[in-house]
Amino acid sequence: MSARALTKRFDDFVAVDGIDFDVQPGEAFGFLGPNGAGKSSTMRMIGAVSPVSGGTLTVLGLDPDRDGAAIRARLGVVPQENNLDPELPVEENLLIYGRYFDLPRAVIRERIDELLAFAELTDRRRDVVDHLSGGMKRRLTIARALINQPDLVLLDEPTTGLDPQARHVLWDRLYRLKERGATLIITTHYMDEAEQLCDRLVVMDKGVIAAAGSPRELITRYATREVVELRFPVGAQEAALARLDGLGTHLEVLPDRVLISADDGDAIVAGLEERSISPASLVVRRSSLEDVFLRLTGRTLVD
Amino acid sequence: MTAPAIRYFESRARIYRHTWRASAVSTFLNPVLYLTAMGLGLGTLVDRGAGTATLEGMTYLMFLAPGLLAATAMQTAAGDAAYPVMAGIKWIRTYEATLASPLGVRDLVMGHLAWVAARLTLTSVAFVVVMALFGAVSLGVGLLAIGPAVLTGMAFAGAITAFTARLEDPQGLAAMFRFGIVPMFLFSGTFFPVAELPGWMHPIAYATPLWHGVELTRRVALGLETTISPALQTGYLLVWALVGGWLAVRFLRKRMIS
Repeated sequence: MSARALTKRFDDFVAVDGIDFDVQPGEAFGFLGPNGAGKSSTMRMIGAVSPVSGGTLTVLGLDPDRDGAAIRARLGVVPQENNLDPELPVEENLLIYGRYFDLPRAVIRERIDELLAFAELTDRRRDVVDHLSGGMKRRLTIARALINQPDLVLLDEPTTGLDPQARHVLWDRLYRLKERGATLIITTHYMDEAEQLCDRLVVMDKGVIAAAGSPRELITRYATREVVELRFPVGAQEAALARLDGLGTHLEVLPDRVLISADDGDAIVAGLEERSISPASLVVRRSSLEDVFLRLTGRTLVD
Repeated sequence: MTAPAIRYFESRARIYRHTWRASAVSTFLNPVLYLTAMGLGLGTLVDRGAGTATLEGMTYLMFLAPGLLAATAMQTAAGDAAYPVMAGIKWIRTYEATLASPLGVRDLVMGHLAWVAARLTLTSVAFVVVMALFGAVSLGVGLLAIGPAVLTGMAFAGAITAFTARLEDPQGLAAMFRFGIVPMFLFSGTFFPVAELPGWMHPIAYATPLWHGVELTRRVALGLETTISPALQTGYLLVWALVGGWLAVRFLRKRMIS
């Protein structure tokens, strides 16, 4: 799939402003960015449910504006919010969706068994969706997206709103999906998710691509090896800032903390002691995509 | 009906298999209550007074029942064409899921409207059975009257689907019932002939699809002459149904495919 100068306009508002990207078969490709960056608009255009306003888009070798139904027949779509039929039992949600793809009933029955096992919902198959937990609904939404054995799976914020344990179960499932050779396109505003799942990603901000590469490449290119996070007592940050001058390669001041980028975090800690600066808390950690994003846009991903 | 539309219809039927109990009681109770209170209760007064002369000798119950069949079809169609659409768009977002599959907006709307028609047929059969039990009509003739009653409902279904597709919240639906469906229910010839209304109201009543539906249903059930040719009235209802369906596709596409 490939996009050139892809644009989405809503009246006067430009949601996606001429982006270029390619996704190879079998790849897990991510769109990382804050809310309103244009990720979901891009996903809807790829999913052939939103007309392209400008540029070109090719999905599975087809044109979404002309061959929408043919593209959707080969896609699996996991939307941001679960949109299951709450009044139907788990297995019938899969059944009616399989019928939308015109699959024979016998084939659907077979796949339901597989998908329920994959989503660890086999013992809940006759339960009405309304009675499932958030994590279970999410897994069922993903299972439903796989009923047509899609060549390309679109996942919009797959783990937003889930507790950490449910997120890890889901990541494991998505990882298995990738192992089987499915092409994944994922949007997320969690850097750990992007790092876990994506081979390659683009950082989006205000409708444009700010950077592209593998998570490692991006961190190497836009961040140092480590980051020292300092928190000061309320009101004390301002005074401390002047004394931090010259420490590390980059200083990022956030309302609640100060981030010092450096290749050697411990050297920074030693430097702080030399200057007898004692913050309320101090953490040395490896750089993440969050730092890349901060460096590129001057803002954090999750406000 | 396209093949994908039939598959959408199938999914609505499957949901109904799980939810029919919620509406089953009211489907039977509603005609029982109306026919008892209005047909028998109020009817006794009407039949004692000058009513029977105006009603050309039939009892008020006989006059009322087919009109009520058509008006109830309108009400059922309004509910079924409004709330599930609101739910599909906003509350449970199943339209988003449906349209992410190979199904298009046209398939969805056709399948949805076909399901409304099926539901109207079911509820009308129940209504006619109650009518027959009350002795308002013979079962055979009553079942024939289901045709115009379902058509009456469908004259509203498309337009109401289209209207709902443009709404942001259900308050618009409450207003539609209060200022559209309920007044029509009361004043489109269901409970008394439109001729009894003040003259200035006649054109309004004649413009409503319900008045035509009530007249057609009465013609089939009671053999009463319609005010204008039944072919014209049928045509009028069909135009409403088709234009409504067309608008529903248009508005829903605008809402969902943006």
